[in-house]
Amino acid sequence: MVAARHRPRLAVWKFASCDGCQLSLLDCEDELLAMAAAVEIAYFPEATRGTIVGRYDISLVEGSITTPHDAQRIRDVRQRSRVLVTIGACATSGGIQALRNFADVQEYASVVYARPEFINTLASSTPIADHVPVDFELRGCPINKRQALEVISAYLATRQPVTPSHSVCIECKLKGNVCVMVAHGTPCLGPVTHAGCGALCPSYDRGCYGCYGPKETPNAPPLSQRLAELGMDECTLQRVYRSFNANAEPFREESERHGP
Amino acid sequence: MARRTIKVDYLARVEGEGGLKVVVRDGKVASAELNIFEPPRFFEAFLRGRAFNEAPDITARICGICPVAYQMSAVHAMENALGITVTGSLRDLRRLIYCGEWIESHALHIYMLHAPDFLGYEGAIDMARDHGDVVRRGLSLKQAGNEIVTLLGGREIHPINVRIGGFYRAPRKRELAPLAEKLKWARDAALETVRWSSSLDFPERERDYTFVALRHGKEYPFNEGRISSNRGLDIAAAEYDDHFEETHVERSTALHSRFKGGGTYLTGPLARYNLNFDCLSPLAQDAAREAGLERNCSNPYRSIVVRAVEVLYACDEALRIISAYEEPDRPAVPVEPCAGSGYGATEAPRGLLYHHYRLESDGLIAQARIVPPTSQNQASIEEDLASYIGDFLDLPDDELRHRCEQTVRNYDPCISCSAHFLRLDLDRG
Repeated sequence: MVAARHRPRLAVWKFASCDGCQLSLLDCEDELLAMAAAVEIAYFPEATRGTIVGRYDISLVEGSITTPHDAQRIRDVRQRSRVLVTIGACATSGGIQALRNFADVQEYASVVYARPEFINTLASSTPIADHVPVDFELRGCPINKRQALEVISAYLATRQPVTPSHSVCIECKLKGNVCVMVAHGTPCLGPVTHAGCGALCPSYDRGCYGCYGPKETPNAPPLSQRLAELGMDECTLQRVYRSFNANAEPFREESERHGP
Repeated sequence: MARRTIKVDYLARVEGEGGLKVVVRDGKVASAELNIFEPPRFFEAFLRGRAFNEAPDITARICGICPVAYQMSAVHAMENALGITVTGSLRDLRRLIYCGEWIESHALHIYMLHAPDFLGYEGAIDMARDHGDVVRRGLSLKQAGNEIVTLLGGREIHPINVRIGGFYRAPRKRELAPLAEKLKWARDAALETVRWSSSLDFPERERDYTFVALRHGKEYPFNEGRISSNRGLDIAAAEYDDHFEETHVERSTALHSRFKGGGTYLTGPLARYNLNFDCLSPLAQDAAREAGLERNCSNPYRSIVVRAVEVLYACDEALRIISAYEEPDRPAVPVEPCAGSGYGATEAPRGLLYHHYRLESDGLIAQARIVPPTSQNQASIEEDLASYIGDFLDLPDDELRHRCEQTVRNYDPCISCSAHFLRLDLDRG
């Protein structure tokens, strides 16, 4: 008699986020049921009310840390997870909500809420890796679902995921796109942005806006200089680096070199 | 005194973090509260000082489930401020991408989030063990919606091709042809979904709702129409704040949208259907009748059937748009920034989504206000719990808890959206 095969336990956790990255898993329409057969979905409240308490083989973490409670909760998740993978820009860099890191969060609260004293929030939005050790960071706002499947498959097969860390420029070259900046003078963050989307924006006649965050070893100052030559003013230059990955260090540093 | 408290600490199969609490005293529901503990992200605060043309991409990040709705309300509000109108093929393409989001979002809710309540499963993956063909049909239908959004928008979540004035790149006619083939299958699957969903077991519960939805008069509403109700409301988006307000409910720190002067309302598929039945395509009208729906439906548990009818309509409408499509001369109407105030309301899958922006002369946003559908429905959700759950109190705790969750899920609440604009009950006690 063959012993029952152990199915690795998968958990999906949510912190401050839009739910889009975990939805990417449900958007794997062709693979979802096969994935559910390969792993035991032990905790995934967006998909199921059934939960298994205990330890997990793979935890996928969406969202950034913005409250004292969440700063505690992520420690518990880490303790109970053999492998912890962050999915998306919020979990990996702090997300769009990290714009508070450049502002006064009390002032923000008073703009949105009539009784800001009820709001129990941290002054900053920070990535998961600022709080606990992270085994792998998958980038993107949102993540690419093909890459998500690659990461899950890789950990099931105990190998490293293959997710190239080169720039969006390389993806354009691989795709045969005409460079939107060289040919049309369209401002584009492709030279400093991490690959993974498949060079989507340039494929739609639009400049990259950096939603996958900085590539490995980016060199942003010469890009900023070129963007300025194309007519971008200092305030706009600051804003282009301060979007969905504003708190990622290379983008944060470059944004601080510009502004009013 | 007999006191029974039903708590659901973390509401599953909704988008975002929320819980609910129902207190029963002497056999009656004493209070019902939907608690939202989604951490605030302060969108309306950090939108200030951003450029007008950043709003569609930034506000999309409020919700990964309905980013197209945020992009559409944002572009319409900005175009209103800048005094431009998008017509012809570009307007049709906007309806088409919205069809995609409705199909995708509704199929997700019908098959993966709501149906397990009716059939007694924890989620769709459990349900697939006994109802594999049904779940696979749902997933393929969802995929058909996603294919529309992906073709027009570049990707299904946070599409990159929507801009103020139109699109960055308009699709070629030949690119849409393969989509039509998939949609013909989807239309049949949607028809099947209407029939299948109508065979579920519905609690017979109705209330005298005030329904609020857009009404265009000539088409089932996605992007355009006047904000209307079944009690005579008929206003432009610019008048929204004259008629609605967000009130502070004493027992909760969450804001609830209400009519000024009191009165809750319901927005979403049920409201759209009740106000716009005459604008559904003949196929969708016939399917609704065959499924036992009257022109009016006030049973929120039947919203699953109404969603299926809307999926059918969206497939039908998408096919109509694709077959009539003429490539536009340019992908977008040119826009120049100017000072102004703009209002936009469109129909997100979950209901009315209102945006208001005030712009400086250089096109920077001075003020932003966004009211998502779930904050509008929150008061109605609590009233449903208070009035329907009383009849189910004989059920054991577990089943009663399940029934409460189902009652909340009737609204397909998107808590990720609503929390960004609500005062939060942060008492996690």
